[in-house]
Amino acid sequence: MSTYREITHNGLWKNNAALVQLLGLCPLLAVTGSVVNAMGLGLATLLVLTASNIVVSLVRNQVSEAIKIPAFVMVIATFTTTTELLMKAYTYELYLILGIFIPLIVTNCAILGRAEAFASKNSLVLSAWDGFTHGLGFGVVLVLVGAIREILGSGTLFANMHLLFGPAAETWTIDIFGEGYSFLIAILPPGAFLVCGLLIAIKNMIDGEIEKRQSARKVIIKGAKRVRTTGKIS
Amino acid sequence: MLNVTSPHAHDGLSTADVMKLVLVATVPGFVALTWNFGWGTAINIVLAVATALACESAAVALRKRPVMFYLKDYSAAVTAVLLGLALPPLAPWWITVVGTAFGIIVAKHLYGGLGFNPFNPAMVGYVVLLISFPVQMTAWPAPYLIMPEGITPPGLWESLQIVFPLLAGGDAIDAYTAATPLDVFKHNTGLLAEQLYGAEPVFAAGELAGVSWEWVNLGFLAGGCFLLYRGVFTWHAPVSMLVALALMAAIFYDGGSSTSKGSPLLHLLSGATMLGAFFIVTDPVTSASSNRGRVIYGALIGVLTFIIRSWGSYPDAVAFAVLLMNFAAPLIDNYTLPRTYGREKSRRATEKQE
Repeated sequence: MSTYREITHNGLWKNNAALVQLLGLCPLLAVTGSVVNAMGLGLATLLVLTASNIVVSLVRNQVSEAIKIPAFVMVIATFTTTTELLMKAYTYELYLILGIFIPLIVTNCAILGRAEAFASKNSLVLSAWDGFTHGLGFGVVLVLVGAIREILGSGTLFANMHLLFGPAAETWTIDIFGEGYSFLIAILPPGAFLVCGLLIAIKNMIDGEIEKRQSARKVIIKGAKRVRTTGKIS
Repeated sequence: MLNVTSPHAHDGLSTADVMKLVLVATVPGFVALTWNFGWGTAINIVLAVATALACESAAVALRKRPVMFYLKDYSAAVTAVLLGLALPPLAPWWITVVGTAFGIIVAKHLYGGLGFNPFNPAMVGYVVLLISFPVQMTAWPAPYLIMPEGITPPGLWESLQIVFPLLAGGDAIDAYTAATPLDVFKHNTGLLAEQLYGAEPVFAAGELAGVSWEWVNLGFLAGGCFLLYRGVFTWHAPVSMLVALALMAAIFYDGGSSTSKGSPLLHLLSGATMLGAFFIVTDPVTSASSNRGRVIYGALIGVLTFIIRSWGSYPDAVAFAVLLMNFAAPLIDNYTLPRTYGREKSRRATEKQE
């Protein structure tokens, strides 16, 4: 069970694709102008990542080292196309907004990275879970950036959610600063860099705090201790 | 009688001294702005300085540094004053506050405070505002001299009402706005430059390059010359910027046809040219550091300013040009390292020392 916890911790926090590995920055920065865009792309990436991890793990013993990467890319491309068709069928307006960034999921290094680093070496269930948690970690950051940029930039939250959740979601819009508010820079690309940078800084701050607490809790045993001349002394 | 011999060493100018000199040097430009456009600039500056000092103390305190030490170097005040001078008079109060706060907190302290900021904080604040709030940022009030008939220019109280809509009663700024000379040229559709000068009040009432604007720029030129005389900066960056801008304008002037981009004199004495050349380009932190580097740095700012003014979508471009060249300053430094005394030629900063 500890493997699963480790994978979850890795995907959501320790090795987060967006905040730590800084992979897939292109969609992260480009489409997170609002929560609905971010969530759309996050869900699509989550779907592709999980599915491609499953298939890659299934074929891992049949694919030779030499053609590994092209084969994985083919798998990812297949699922990206599937996702694209799904979005065209069910969330057409959102598909039009996200445009080129849906097909571009193929080139998201976070996905190929997981296929190469994890799914090609691990069993089916573990790989599926790994894909899911990493996709979730990426998606959560996307939605977070989207929410912050939407609040700062257009003063709303959850606007246009009906593009994703159907007509029932049309009333979800929360107007925070009232009519006519807009702070364009948050919606434009510089805002994406600023918000993303701040999130990374906050994550590092939390990590530092955790480390400080842990080292404070650690009891140093005085007395006889083997003297080590190499390696890290813990 | 005290017989003093050389070396006549003195302690030089401290950061605070330099900053105070810069503040003094902005006075002629400020007076010209206030004389021609009313109380707006003064209100801008007061608001900006207050915001800047508050943000600076908060940021310094958060970074666990001595607050008074950093406030006393006047750098935040200079940033605020420069931004206040660049903003349109009578802009709503939150424009000034947001711009100053962004400049001080994001452009200065997130990068490590004075001396570590790669971008000029005042210009970052200005560009953020220009991109985010184009409507408010392009509404310049008309100069007093060409105020349309029947409209009395706003007094101090009315200006405050325009800046702080909460005070109520003030007219919308729209009643007072007019196109700036650069706006006029930007939106010229088919008039020869000569006809333009006759038809547009902003040119007809002026002597050199548009009424009032010429005086504002001459004011900043005077302040810049004072700083040059006091040795606060060298002539290299500002002069090369102005020369490059004038050269570009001369090349593309084409004798004043309907597609003319404006005469060199217009470009030198309108918009933020002089404020930029003597108060922004000369920022020691964000510009190139050797004299040769400063010539290149300034000249490219001049060229970029003209290019963006003429073919970009904003009427003025000094802020954009400065920020773009701030990016390039480290690269310029790498290729223009001065020759070390005792060596044949200079080396590159990245070269290994033997």
